[in-house]
Amino acid sequence: MHVSKDKTGLYGLMAEFDSAQSIVDASIKAVDAGYSKLEAYTPFPIEELNDIIHKKRTNLPKLVLFMAFCGMMTGFTLQYWASVIEYPMNIGGRPPATWPAFIIPSYELTILFSALTAAIGMIALNGLPQPYHPVFNVDRFSLASSDKFFLVIEAEDAHFAKEQTSSFLQGLGAKGVYDVAE
Amino acid sequence: MAQHVHAQQSATTLEHPVIGPGQDYESITEAVSEIPLGKRYPFGWIIGLLIGLAGLGALQLAIGYLLLKGIYIWGNNVPVGWAFDIINFVWWIGIGHAGTLISAILMLFKQQWRMSIARFAEAMTIFAVACAAMFPLLHTGRPWLAAYWLFPYPNTMGLWPQFRSPLIWDVFAVSTYATVSVVFWIVGLIPDLATMRDRATSNVKRMVFGTLALGWRGSARHWHRYEVASLILAGLSTPLVLSVHSVVSFDFAVSVIPGWHATIFPPYFVAGAIYSGFGMVLTLAIPIRAYYKLEHLITMKHIDNMAKVMLATGLIVAYGYAMEAFFGWYSANQYERFMLWNRMTGPYAWSYWLLIFINAVLIHVLWFKSVRYNLKYMFVLSLIVNLAMWLERFVIIVTSLHRDFVVSSWDMYSPTAWDFMMFGGTMGLFITLFFLFMKFVPMISIFEVRTLLPEAKVHVPHGHDTHGSGH
Repeated sequence: MHVSKDKTGLYGLMAEFDSAQSIVDASIKAVDAGYSKLEAYTPFPIEELNDIIHKKRTNLPKLVLFMAFCGMMTGFTLQYWASVIEYPMNIGGRPPATWPAFIIPSYELTILFSALTAAIGMIALNGLPQPYHPVFNVDRFSLASSDKFFLVIEAEDAHFAKEQTSSFLQGLGAKGVYDVAE
Repeated sequence: MAQHVHAQQSATTLEHPVIGPGQDYESITEAVSEIPLGKRYPFGWIIGLLIGLAGLGALQLAIGYLLLKGIYIWGNNVPVGWAFDIINFVWWIGIGHAGTLISAILMLFKQQWRMSIARFAEAMTIFAVACAAMFPLLHTGRPWLAAYWLFPYPNTMGLWPQFRSPLIWDVFAVSTYATVSVVFWIVGLIPDLATMRDRATSNVKRMVFGTLALGWRGSARHWHRYEVASLILAGLSTPLVLSVHSVVSFDFAVSVIPGWHATIFPPYFVAGAIYSGFGMVLTLAIPIRAYYKLEHLITMKHIDNMAKVMLATGLIVAYGYAMEAFFGWYSANQYERFMLWNRMTGPYAWSYWLLIFINAVLIHVLWFKSVRYNLKYMFVLSLIVNLAMWLERFVIIVTSLHRDFVVSSWDMYSPTAWDFMMFGGTMGLFITLFFLFMKFVPMISIFEVRTLLPEAKVHVPHGHDTHGSGH
């Protein structure tokens, strides 16, 4: 169902809320009304919002687990190669492949690889660094990192129609509805 | 209004909340962000920074002369080959443990009080590890050659490090710890840097904070990945923080020196590290909260909890001393028994008994609430604890080494002025970094403290929360 859209140069509509509960309620109603291309912006994490809006959890933990395994193998093979193959040293008649001694560096590299993956993976999956984003065009949006809560319905959404969507957002109890320039 | 007060009370602890009354999102944000964004450079801050810079100058001088002359300018001698350099290394690394403990272990245990002290405890960790790393590096005498002694990289000499040595394990443990601590700290800063960006009034600050914030928008998807990443980092840092001081203790425990060769070392070192780390957090937190008027964010509840952690870990350390003495006697080994006797009655007995007095006797004052809630006592006690933990490493290292197996090789150890200058210099480095951090970085995690407010809790009706059970 395509309704007439006047979305030239319009990224979407942004509604401002002033409490955590009101943006959660508004998101639920917007999702129930059939909107799918929407996003909530909050000054602190509200885990429920991701479940309401995106209904999908991140793959980051799997990526971290995989890299943890890579880190462990890197640590172990590095030590095995250096101490057994490339540069074997006879220390008090001990065998070159003293694997218990290799546990600690392998363990440290496991943690190093997975911690770096968790941090860099989070930043990369979030698409950061991203210097420009349309939401920053709204002046009030600077409060999204202090004490205000914003819900944006994108113009791309199949149900988006500027007038109707605007009054829909007003009806959710928004303190203000703003155009987001592209 | 009555409902509001009731909600706030149940959200925190009844008598002593983790956040002061009457706060809202804006007041928290303002209290923390005005320090880096304000144009004021308070007089006290300038004096503190100058003291730090003076120490930093002394450090540069000490290092310059050391590189010129070699490590003979230190007091290290033949039986006491490891002295101030390793004492100070272990002391600083130990202090560094509180930051990760607060931000990782207490996060996993959902201890909300950690939120307002985590940021600067982590900063303390990073700076303390930086100070610590200097000592073993400079003890090599030629730190520019340390690259191939310490790190496995293909070099033209075809040499590889000895992976069976605890000293190499230590390199891996400490460098991983430093890296992960920095990463954890930076990840924690991103949302607050976005707050700084959005509130900055000067263009330069907006540009700098804007660049560092990476374009953070705080969208639901951002926050979801962010929370998952934080939880993973906390899960990874927890075994890491316990392993670091264990590995440091292997430097001693894997050797055959009486007084070092003990299986109790890893847990006893970890407990000591947390004990001294909380001592340092208190030393820093008590003046900061008063000077920057942050009493509503770092409350008496925080001081009380930190005092309790200190009491618990201090008692573990005291148990460690008791077991060390018991094992020495029970081993029936003449060298172990002599080492203990020498510690208790030898020329350095004063350091042993002072240590025992502080960590096994004086620490019991923390059982009393009147002490835990008295800032003056707590500040003085935190300084005493730092001193005691330095003495502990002095006792372990010097008294074990100075009278070893062969009587003819016995000698006394005394540090030189260069030793003290180097140690004082690292304190200068620490103070400099910490004062710069206080002025230019939001020192309390603003977004996390916002979640402590009762209005930050949301309720999702049934049937909508399809995936998110148990949040």
